[in-house]
Amino acid sequence: MEIRVSPTRMQLLQLKKSHAMAVRGHKLLKDKLDELMKQFLELVKRDRELREEVDEKLSEAFRGFLIARGAMSSSAVDAALMYPKEQISLKASRRHIMNIEVPEFEWSFEGQEDRTNIYPYGFAYTSPELDTAIRLLSEAMPSLVELAEVEKSVELLAGEIEKTRRRVNALEHVVIPQQEASIKYITMKLDEAERANITRLMKVKEIVGERSV
Amino acid sequence: MRMHKIAVIGDEDSILGFRALGVSVFPAKNGKEAEEALRAAARRDYAVIYITETHASEIIDVITEYSQAPLPVVLTIPDTRGGQGAAMEKIRRTVEKALGADILFGREGNA
Repeated sequence: MEIRVSPTRMQLLQLKKSHAMAVRGHKLLKDKLDELMKQFLELVKRDRELREEVDEKLSEAFRGFLIARGAMSSSAVDAALMYPKEQISLKASRRHIMNIEVPEFEWSFEGQEDRTNIYPYGFAYTSPELDTAIRLLSEAMPSLVELAEVEKSVELLAGEIEKTRRRVNALEHVVIPQQEASIKYITMKLDEAERANITRLMKVKEIVGERSV
Repeated sequence: MRMHKIAVIGDEDSILGFRALGVSVFPAKNGKEAEEALRAAARRDYAVIYITETHASEIIDVITEYSQAPLPVVLTIPDTRGGQGAAMEKIRRTVEKALGADILFGREGNA
């Protein structure tokens, strides 16, 4: 590695200062990375649980719909679902995990207090599969919203972890070794100059001594 | 804090049921329509946008565009054909990106 510093005492002092700073920064970033990792793994675990749950529930609900559409004419299904009784209200706010902004949702079904009567149609002309499917969907809704929150957090955290890891690596494998090499180089140069100076002084003393004899 | 809405984009058969819950439904026949619906929804007050897996796989680039900002959240959901594991695959990829190794899923066998 080429070292491009002038071997002076000033440079040495400056380098030592920035080296100390780099080492401290490295330690801090490493701590941050550890904590991010911990949070990330927890979120990923939750993400996977929710994902499995949601996938299962939705698949079931969709199957129900398919059957319902088979049993009823599609215009009848359309008509049945035309005017929803329910209205979802969603409030999005931000939360901070390790200084990263992640969304947080607060939500509720509006309109219908009685959770057993969520169907926007009378039962006379619709197939029971439709009821089941809609019930399953509305059951899946809380998980779906939480999943949105968690999955987004996972994504954002992953980006941050990648960035932090790159910084830690750059400090650990490039910046700090370079500084150490430079410090060593300057120290050697200065020592060398010191030795040269001493020998020169000794030589001068010798010459002066010879003359005075 | 503003009020936000939830949108679902996908083939009509799969997503019709969401209408009963008061979720906005945008039927799309193909990837292009899904992309248009997604962009339109993202510009408006939709905080969460669900896209069925079949459509999502066609417009994965567009979805990735929205992955860095906190809002909106774009999520894939299975459709009538059932989940094809794309969502799990996405989690796996994210983990790999963050940790540099697939420790989570590789370890599952003896966990």
